[in-house]
Amino acid sequence: MSDLTHLSLAEARDALKSKKISAHELTRAHIDAMEAARALNCFITETPELALRQAGQSDAKIARGEAGPLEGLPLGIKDLYCTKGVRTTAASHILGDFTPTYESTVSANLLRDGAVSLGKLNLDEFAMGSSNETSAFGPVISPWRRRGDPSAKIVPGGSSGGSSAAVAARLCLGATATDTGGSIRQPAAFTGTVGMKPTYGRCSRWGIVAFASSLDQAGPIARTVRDSAIMLRSMAGHDPRDTTSVDAPVPDYEKALGASLKGRRIGVPKEYRLDGLSSEILALWDQGVAWLKDAGAEIVEISLPHTKFALPTYYIIAPAEASSNLARYDGVRYGIRETGRDISGMYEKTRAKGFGPEVRRRIMIGTYVLSAGYYDAYYVRAQKVRSLIKHDFDAVFDAGVDAVLTPATPSPAFAQGEQGATDPVEMYLNDVFTVTVNMAGLPGVSVPGGLAANGLPLGLQLIGRPFDEETLFTLAGAIEQAAPKIDYPQAWWRGI
Amino acid sequence: MSVDPAVVRRIAHLARIAVEDKEIERLNGEINAILAFVEALGSVDVAGVEPIASVLPMQMKKRPDVVDDGGIVDDILANAPAREDNYFVVPKVVE
Repeated sequence: MSDLTHLSLAEARDALKSKKISAHELTRAHIDAMEAARALNCFITETPELALRQAGQSDAKIARGEAGPLEGLPLGIKDLYCTKGVRTTAASHILGDFTPTYESTVSANLLRDGAVSLGKLNLDEFAMGSSNETSAFGPVISPWRRRGDPSAKIVPGGSSGGSSAAVAARLCLGATATDTGGSIRQPAAFTGTVGMKPTYGRCSRWGIVAFASSLDQAGPIARTVRDSAIMLRSMAGHDPRDTTSVDAPVPDYEKALGASLKGRRIGVPKEYRLDGLSSEILALWDQGVAWLKDAGAEIVEISLPHTKFALPTYYIIAPAEASSNLARYDGVRYGIRETGRDISGMYEKTRAKGFGPEVRRRIMIGTYVLSAGYYDAYYVRAQKVRSLIKHDFDAVFDAGVDAVLTPATPSPAFAQGEQGATDPVEMYLNDVFTVTVNMAGLPGVSVPGGLAANGLPLGLQLIGRPFDEETLFTLAGAIEQAAPKIDYPQAWWRGI
Repeated sequence: MSVDPAVVRRIAHLARIAVEDKEIERLNGEINAILAFVEALGSVDVAGVEPIASVLPMQMKKRPDVVDDGGIVDDILANAPAREDNYFVVPKVVE
């Protein structure tokens, strides 16, 4: 085979199984691709020796007929997942050279199933961002370029920007990601990849650096719907160490692909037709509706009346939880330490030096909305509105809707520095279609729908009932079949 | 609602983040932009609505109340910026 990085995860799995290729050569090809793509800045830490050692073990297991479901498949791990013996940074300076002595449950599940780990992927600092520009290790550059504008550095989305860019650039077969307000689906939409945020509780959060614990959820980014289904099956499952993880069997998601759409009811929410939404995004949405209709689904208009309050609610709840979670970075147990006049001075200087501007801003907002005198006006009110947002979805699903179709983002990817420089809220609007899903704890998937006029990818989002990821894989698979095939960029970054 | 420089200083102190004088004005503007953005929630009728406790109706699982972990002092101290014997070391707290 000419270039092993051009296989999908499923194709590579099948080629390994039939012994057409070895895990060693598959891993070698991806290490070469990773090392030639440093200009994109996808990886914070590369672990080629570890990957080759794991590949050797995989080849031995395949020879013995003991292959796991992901045996010998090279993946990237978002650097928010703690990895035993491998530095974990959350893309922040505050963690210094923190090297966990334990493995996150989700990454351990992948290793249990035979996956090979190429290294730790870049992200927005503590997963706070929508463009990967807040990383303390520098921004990730998307492999995609605007038509006729090769000098613009396009962002890969965020916070899982290293994951989305590495998958689109064929540096790994798939990647882990996390999603608090859209951090799997928005970067997937920006890079023409498939991003699945499962139901809250589907994957264990244990060992993943916490941002906003009631919203955070792990999920995969991959190049096909099938590949993301294969990955999620390994990532998901109950974990006694995360009391919010659900003790329910994990289905074989791959089997959901190709199921009939006859009789499935797809809701199209009128509130997502925002004022000023571009005609290009509206056309994509209409196209998505037509594809599902042609495949046999029934389309119904629905109403989710509290949609416009989701983003303001998010920007109270997420910073509040973040300010609490990030209180642990105090220079005592891990990470960097600055000296101060007394212990309070040490805390203040350590945190001022270690956290970047976006993280500091969110901690301060969170501190304010939780402080005495403001708690009821901001935090409690936001938690009530969150109830209403969830009730909106409950009502729609109770009325017999199986899934909801929306655009994934209000625009294609932008270039570095183009958004949020003067007003942080401008960047926050990227998550306007995705954040409702986290508010309600629902599963959501972003699947490529085609290219914008400027040549950059656009994504459609499907939102499902709790724990009905299977329907989302079925529907996303139907869109993938109907949509124009995504041609990932040629490797212009090699040798830069 | 909006904040002023005095409140920004108080928030920074509560959050244990040192802020230089020259940063206050910029932070004040940014925080007020975000507070203006979330102001929209004031128009929602939340009378009789319970604040959300959990997105899923789920009983928290319990386990037997027994020690099932421990003896990993070196693991716990492995990443400490300063340690002495089996302790984290911090600046003097009590005079």
